[in-house]
Amino acid sequence: MRKVRTYNEVQHSTGSQLLEQVLELQDRLAARLSSIGTVVAIASGKGGVGKSAVTANLAAALAMRGRSVGAVDADLNGPSLGRMLGVSGMSLSDGPDGVGPPQGVQGVRVMSMELLQEAEDAPLGWRAPDFGKFTWRSTLETGVLREFLADVVWGELDFLLIDVPPGTDKIERLLELIPDLDQALLVTTPSEATRFVVSKSLRLVQEAGVGVVGLVANMTEHECPQCGHRSSLFESGGAERLAAESGVPLWASIPFDPRLGASTDLGEPLVIKEPEAPASRAILALADRVDAAAKAGADTE
Amino acid sequence: MKFLCLECDKAMDFAERQLPGDGTLVAVFKCPGCAREMAMLTNPMETQLVSSLGVKIGGREVPAQPMELVRGSLEGGREDVFQEPDHPLSEDVPVAGTTSPAGAGPVVWTPEAVDRLSRVPKFVRGMVKRIYGEWAREHGVGEMTPELMDRARTELGMEGM
Repeated sequence: MRKVRTYNEVQHSTGSQLLEQVLELQDRLAARLSSIGTVVAIASGKGGVGKSAVTANLAAALAMRGRSVGAVDADLNGPSLGRMLGVSGMSLSDGPDGVGPPQGVQGVRVMSMELLQEAEDAPLGWRAPDFGKFTWRSTLETGVLREFLADVVWGELDFLLIDVPPGTDKIERLLELIPDLDQALLVTTPSEATRFVVSKSLRLVQEAGVGVVGLVANMTEHECPQCGHRSSLFESGGAERLAAESGVPLWASIPFDPRLGASTDLGEPLVIKEPEAPASRAILALADRVDAAAKAGADTE
Repeated sequence: MKFLCLECDKAMDFAERQLPGDGTLVAVFKCPGCAREMAMLTNPMETQLVSSLGVKIGGREVPAQPMELVRGSLEGGREDVFQEPDHPLSEDVPVAGTTSPAGAGPVVWTPEAVDRLSRVPKFVRGMVKRIYGEWAREHGVGEMTPELMDRARTELGMEGM
């Protein structure tokens, strides 16, 4: 059999410029993020743990502390951050340098797929051949997320929060786009099933070398509004155990409060509406930790 | 992806791209040694895979526009989401009679071209307008007409827009 030179043995570039274009897009993203102090991913790996509500309230809490904040809804297929931060139905300004994001509660700048879709009940669909969707859909959606980050005129921000959808692959996708992510907050609950999934995400961000990682336990306990009695929603203390086993600090324990979801779903984060509620106090304290870690990171640079 | 001319043992050079408009793609490569040409033909799925990267085989004639991928690909995009507060359509595309030197200033659009542009869905109109404008400046075109829009659309592979 004759020996044909392999791809790596042929040094000559074909001139089709695909790699150059990919690198150019990466440069564009890095340039856009260079005006942002701290990029924080709020992730879990598990669904239904309250990532979006935590993101919306954390964004509002940081803004209440006087920080300039942007928020990206990386959940293209199930967006909710837009309505939680009060930008549903708002427009984007269209300019040659990028798209100007709408400002929601406390002036938080928001980008979400929800803003772009005409029909509220339409599943995300792409104008592309139906056959073989599995081959390109993930690539396309990663590209769209890159545009949400790189093509939005965020301006000078102290924080850009990214609400990452469920699935450890989604965290990996984000790390491909932002390899030098500043902070990752992993949202968990006390349940054992959640601990199991979040431990995978934790390992992923640690191995990726994310600078600062913190755990956020959500729905930890319920306080009766009548008598003040506290009861656990879950049997096991999975969040504490995960923190102890991994050595990653538990930055917040947010008690279950039906008002947190109800209020935030209507575009009014609870930290604004009822800052003295136990859940709000926990999130405001979380904002202080995120802010302090960002400051510490800036001081060591 | 590289193509090797086995006869010459040389990597072939990209020569030309064609987008017939049916979702397929033609990319022509030429051997720098023997000048032999070959065409790579991709089916719609393969074409989509490449375009999902946000790149164009053979390079771009005009720079990537902001949110080009989502605007060009999203099904059911909200018509009124992108607003151009400083450049409403009527002011941004002056009609013929105020021509500036080709390649030096804003591209002047004929009334027919303005009419054609106004029929482009608003979801992508701002981006399409900028792409045509960039193409016109690249080609030293001072006045945009529907015929030139057709040419630009073909050259840029914008059949879907």
